[in-house]
Amino acid sequence: MTNVQSISSPSIHHEDRAHEADHPTSQVVTFSVDQPLKLDCGIDLAPFQIAYQTYGELNADKSNAILVCHALTGDQHVNNVHPVTSKQGWWDTMVGPGKPLDTNLYFIICSNVIGGCMGSTGPASTNPATGKLWGLDFPIITIPDMVRAQTMLIDRLGIDTLFCVVGGSMGGMQALQWTAAYPKRVFSTLAIACSTRHSAQNIAFHELGRQAVMADPDWRGGRYFDHDTHPHRGLGVARMAAHITYLSDAALHRKFGRRMQDRELPTFSFDADFQVESYLRYQGSSFVERFDANSYLYLTRAMDYFDIAADHGGVLAKAFTGIQTRFCVVSFTSDWLFPTSESRALVHALNASSARVSFAEIETDRGHDAFLLDVPEFFDISRAFLQSAGKARGLKETGG
Amino acid sequence: MQQQTLPLTGVEPHRTADARSDHLLVAEMVQRGSKVLDVGCGDGELLQLLESRGIDGRGIELSRAGVNRCVAKGLAVVQGDADTDLVNYPDDAFDYVILSQTLQATRQPKVVLENLLRIGRRAIVSFPNFGFWRMRLQLLVGGHMPRTENLPATWYDTPNIHFCTIKDFVQLCDEINVKMERAVALDLYGRPLRLNLPWWFWNMFGEQGVFLLSRGGEGK
Repeated sequence: MTNVQSISSPSIHHEDRAHEADHPTSQVVTFSVDQPLKLDCGIDLAPFQIAYQTYGELNADKSNAILVCHALTGDQHVNNVHPVTSKQGWWDTMVGPGKPLDTNLYFIICSNVIGGCMGSTGPASTNPATGKLWGLDFPIITIPDMVRAQTMLIDRLGIDTLFCVVGGSMGGMQALQWTAAYPKRVFSTLAIACSTRHSAQNIAFHELGRQAVMADPDWRGGRYFDHDTHPHRGLGVARMAAHITYLSDAALHRKFGRRMQDRELPTFSFDADFQVESYLRYQGSSFVERFDANSYLYLTRAMDYFDIAADHGGVLAKAFTGIQTRFCVVSFTSDWLFPTSESRALVHALNASSARVSFAEIETDRGHDAFLLDVPEFFDISRAFLQSAGKARGLKETGG
Repeated sequence: MQQQTLPLTGVEPHRTADARSDHLLVAEMVQRGSKVLDVGCGDGELLQLLESRGIDGRGIELSRAGVNRCVAKGLAVVQGDADTDLVNYPDDAFDYVILSQTLQATRQPKVVLENLLRIGRRAIVSFPNFGFWRMRLQLLVGGHMPRTENLPATWYDTPNIHFCTIKDFVQLCDEINVKMERAVALDLYGRPLRLNLPWWFWNMFGEQGVFLLSRGGEGK
């Protein structure tokens, strides 16, 4: 018999994660039944809650607030120890004292998206109408829905205009949606490794991931929590497939090549002989510990539906007509999930609107994930863009 | 002979204080408070000068390294090609469109020039004058393609594929009905030649030409 190892079962983290969905360790704002979130699918979601983190201090005239929008599998824990994984936040390279998103200068807000599983209402939350978890009874949400929820949070924080909305990947989609839908509330936009629409190839990869989750018998039609199971194999496979799309051929070759994992000869089995296999299995296993399978279905779906031009008669430039917001668009040469051509199409639309736009393509072999990694040129550009926008906004250059 | 005038690599164009003299001349042609697109903005030196004078500047630059240096200075610059990307800009989007030392590197200078004056109400174009006496002398006496401090590249690796003289440029402007509002020829040291000199003198002694252009009248 060959030795077959599949993705390991989630550890105790799983229960911590489940607890976070209703009772996050983050700050929470709640919206009662008379303040519903009006969803694109026609349903009013109420009551609901948003979990968020803040870093730095809001200045007196509330002009230094930056909203960070997280990516598909990110969350609000940008720059603090994560309550489930105990690891440092996902963007501590970018956010912090003296970092490009300098917490000495700016008030940084990041909220868990609607549909997420770290404290904002989503399929892993309890449905107050039934007292049970939402599961697939949760309505389908869109990127504009996520942003609409964020506007309600920003209102609650008493902030009228955001100094900047920043995001990469799905976070970049939210940043663009913010700017297209609420241009007067966004002074500047930093959109990284993203697109104004999800491409056919990207939808295809998401469908692969969803089918992997739903093919796992432990998924139980989305009600695994009622059966005390979790589709960790399906979700793990989804993550493994997705993770390949976040890297590049060159990066995989550089990191792993054809090197063997703790052995010199093949074992003639389906064990993880190659380092790259071992790495992917680790990515799959660690992901299922911190993420809800249904939430993954909902958030990938939201990205699939995203198409700003379609909401403006098919003409992208119309989404940004007369816009005063300052833009910085960043792409990475080896990103084949959100390639430079997508950013360029956005830039052309912004040019057609005579918007003030900077666009930099950064040379790296690290693929889509580059926006989460230590890429000094990217940091320099982000920092300079914010400094220049800060000058135009009349922000002080020193912290206090 | 003229050998000693050959590529003095690293020699910078003439400067007054911190800015290049041709940049100062261009900046002086732009009205305060206006909106400007600099096509082929390089490292963003001219854009910085314009912004310091209260002008809303944007840039397009072909080289990725140039773009990233500009963006890292906080300038609104995008990666793009004068030959292919100007079509994305709407009519009358800018008060001025500047093409500084770039015309000779475009594939279709005429189309680019027409686009400049479609996007901008005015255009400012500067270019090296291939009729400059040293150029003529190098070809006539030296028998080789001219190279100067400002154009040090050899014929086989130069990005400059469409050289012209001041006279050629004036002819092109006539042909496509472009009005010359102001024309200045700069000598080798970046100093403007005297205004009342005849065109042939400029064409011989101007190292570069700087033109402020606007759209010609109807049915010329």
